[in-house]
Amino acid sequence: MKKVGGLSDIILKTEGVGVTYQESIVALKNVSLNVPTAKLTAILGPSGCGKTTLLKVIAGLIEPTKGKVIVGGKEIIGPGPDRALVFQDFALLPWATVLQNVAFGLRARGVPKKEREETSLHYIRQVGLLGFEDKYPHQLSGGMRQRTGLARALTINSDILLMDEPFSAVDEQMRRKLQEDLLKLLKIESKTVIFVTHSIEEAVYLADQVVILSGRPGSIADIVYPEIDRLGEVDLIRRQPGYIELVDEIWSSLKRYVE
Amino acid sequence: MLNSDLSKFKTLIQLFAFGKLMRTSPFWSLIFWAGVWELIGQMGWMDLLPPLSGIWFAFAELLEQSAFWDAFAMTARTFSIGLGLSIVVGIPIGILIGISKRADKILSIWVNLFLSAPITAVIPALMPILGIGDATVIATVILFSIWVVIIDTQAGVTHVKDSLVEMGRIFGCSRLNIIFWIVIPAAMPEIITGVRLSVVRAVKGVIVGQIVIALIGFGGLFNTYLSYFLMERFWALIIVVFIMSFTIIGLVELLERRIAFYANTR
Repeated sequence: MKKVGGLSDIILKTEGVGVTYQESIVALKNVSLNVPTAKLTAILGPSGCGKTTLLKVIAGLIEPTKGKVIVGGKEIIGPGPDRALVFQDFALLPWATVLQNVAFGLRARGVPKKEREETSLHYIRQVGLLGFEDKYPHQLSGGMRQRTGLARALTINSDILLMDEPFSAVDEQMRRKLQEDLLKLLKIESKTVIFVTHSIEEAVYLADQVVILSGRPGSIADIVYPEIDRLGEVDLIRRQPGYIELVDEIWSSLKRYVE
Repeated sequence: MLNSDLSKFKTLIQLFAFGKLMRTSPFWSLIFWAGVWELIGQMGWMDLLPPLSGIWFAFAELLEQSAFWDAFAMTARTFSIGLGLSIVVGIPIGILIGISKRADKILSIWVNLFLSAPITAVIPALMPILGIGDATVIATVILFSIWVVIIDTQAGVTHVKDSLVEMGRIFGCSRLNIIFWIVIPAAMPEIITGVRLSVVRAVKGVIVGQIVIALIGFGGLFNTYLSYFLMERFWALIIVVFIMSFTIIGLVELLERRIAFYANTR
């Protein structure tokens, strides 16, 4: 397996991150991780292994009990404009339209209304929601809600995009469509993506680096670098040699942590 | 005499057979019971219960009296001020308790205590402090209505989804922006429910306050009519009070349905 240095520069790293709840429940233990620039990193693990906790530490929402997160050479203190997050449950404001939801991040940043609506419409078009900007979240399907969440994260133009099981709340077909669309989108927008998933297939399909977490307390069990060519058609990814083998390989290393 | 009364009573029992009809529409139910009232009143069993038709005339007389309109104005004034203060003060306190654990520890016990306490018992104690007038009635209205605003607002605030607040933090909202852009709108259905319940309680408060003081407003009128045995007027006044409460509560429910439309879509 190739080492991470072979991929590219490191934009974000965690150093010995540990999270302990209520002084005794250890959710994460000694997680040190390098995230290469403009690549997809998947955090994979059984449920309850602390993968969402790790992502929230990286996002700055949870302060680690031990260790630190470094972005661009600086230790983070809380959320920042360099990291945007896409939520598992979409986290859309039910009383706001798609446009208002997408523009929320810019509004918080004090961008004037006209400008933030223009930028928002650009990203609404990019995620394929044009024509739905005046709809409310409850009028949208799960897939469209997550596209709204994605558009909102894109508006603030951060280098790092964090995604917390972004496609787990939609059905299988919609998940595939969203995965393909994400890959297409990332060919246009150069982003470093860190996403949490419990799907081995999703991790291998999307990620350049797959970080496998062990069960409680969560610590890094293995890191795998799928050598999948994603430059061509997205339809062909699953047919590439090595794809199925890698899924099997990850499963065999993950199996012992799944009860 | 007794015999004829008994036969009248039998017809009354037979009237109960119309129960089915009554259940079909609240209107028929009202008509039926108004008829029962009129009958009992006409029979003159109880001096306390005059025939409904007599009350109807008293009702018309009542509306011509300046004492009635003074009482009405006083009730409207103390009700609005008391309820307004309950809402304006209660919502911020509810939000504070909802977001701050420390405020919750200090204040929640008192709120819960007063929510279930028999406030009526406190009114006599208010009189020497606030005097016999608007201030005591306003205080009564507040004591009746503020707690439910606080409790419901707090419930709404604590049930706002964590992910919405996290979303606010991720996009760099200040604490104040999170409260005004996310927490308050998300808690709005519960806040509106609290306000509706507080209106109901304020209506009770404004009447109970005046009756316990017994010298001012409707309380004064009730007292006068009872002591001079003007039962028609007494009942007419009760009906006025009932209609007022019903109208106000109906209006609030109408308003709630309009505002809380997104409660189901959360």
